Amino acid sequence: MSLFNIFEVSGSGMSAQSVRLNTTASNIANADAVSSSVDETYRARHPVFAAEMTKASASQAQNQPSSMKVAVKGIVESDKPLIKEFSPDHPMADTDGFIYKPNVNVMEEMADMISASRTYQMNTQVADVAKNLLQQTLRMGK
Amino acid sequence: MALSFDKALGIHQHTLGIRAKRAEVLSSNIANADTPNYKAQDVDFSQALKQASSKQRGVGLGATHQNHFSLQSSLQSQTKYRVPDQPDTGDGNTVDMQQEQAAFMENALEYQMSLGFLESKFMGLKKAIRGE
Repeated sequence: MSLFNIFEVSGSGMSAQSVRLNTTASNIANADAVSSSVDETYRARHPVFAAEMTKASASQAQNQPSSMKVAVKGIVESDKPLIKEFSPDHPMADTDGFIYKPNVNVMEEMADMISASRTYQMNTQVADVAKNLLQQTLRMGK
Repeated sequence: MALSFDKALGIHQHTLGIRAKRAEVLSSNIANADTPNYKAQDVDFSQALKQASSKQRGVGLGATHQNHFSLQSSLQSQTKYRVPDQPDTGDGNTVDMQQEQAAFMENALEYQMSLGFLESKFMGLKKAIRGE
């Protein structure tokens, strides 16, 4: 029954969006984490999504369209250059008087956060509708 | 005259299955709304219904050997890629969230409708069996 697969699909969507929300939270939380060297500075993290064909060959034999789950392939750190700032008074400043700030753009992260939460909501709605349809199907003929 | 469920239930048993499949495809689109290079799909309803009901009438080809290819198993005949409204959104993704949401809700209502038709068919059968 295809309706059962919807739970898997929208469940994978929800977990992918929650990973995205999680990385966004890390990025915003660490947006002001100043450090004194390039290596130690926090870099913005972003998940990489990919569509995952579920049982493609099996479903093809049964003449069913394959459902596409979302897979989180991994979390990559942004290559954007860090913000180097001359601030000799700062306690974290290196010997030349520079501090390094993370390459997090808070505005981008906020937009990302709203997008992730909206998509999460959509996936919960889809699962809810699928649940209602299944319950009605089970009640049929009673 | 034997009571045939296939005849009694008519087309609605097939529409229900196709609507369930369509719900699955649309939910995949919604789940992959942020996946790069994902292409939105949809089920060609009339074609899928034609295929499903042709099996019932016995016109479809049957596989009599395990090495036979199933002629009706081609994915392209039922699910097709959507033609996007925008040329490109930047990451090769063609999911239009509003469109998908509307289609999903519409499909859910249609599923409920088919369910209602089936239910009334069952009620009719029950009445006939009880002789009311």
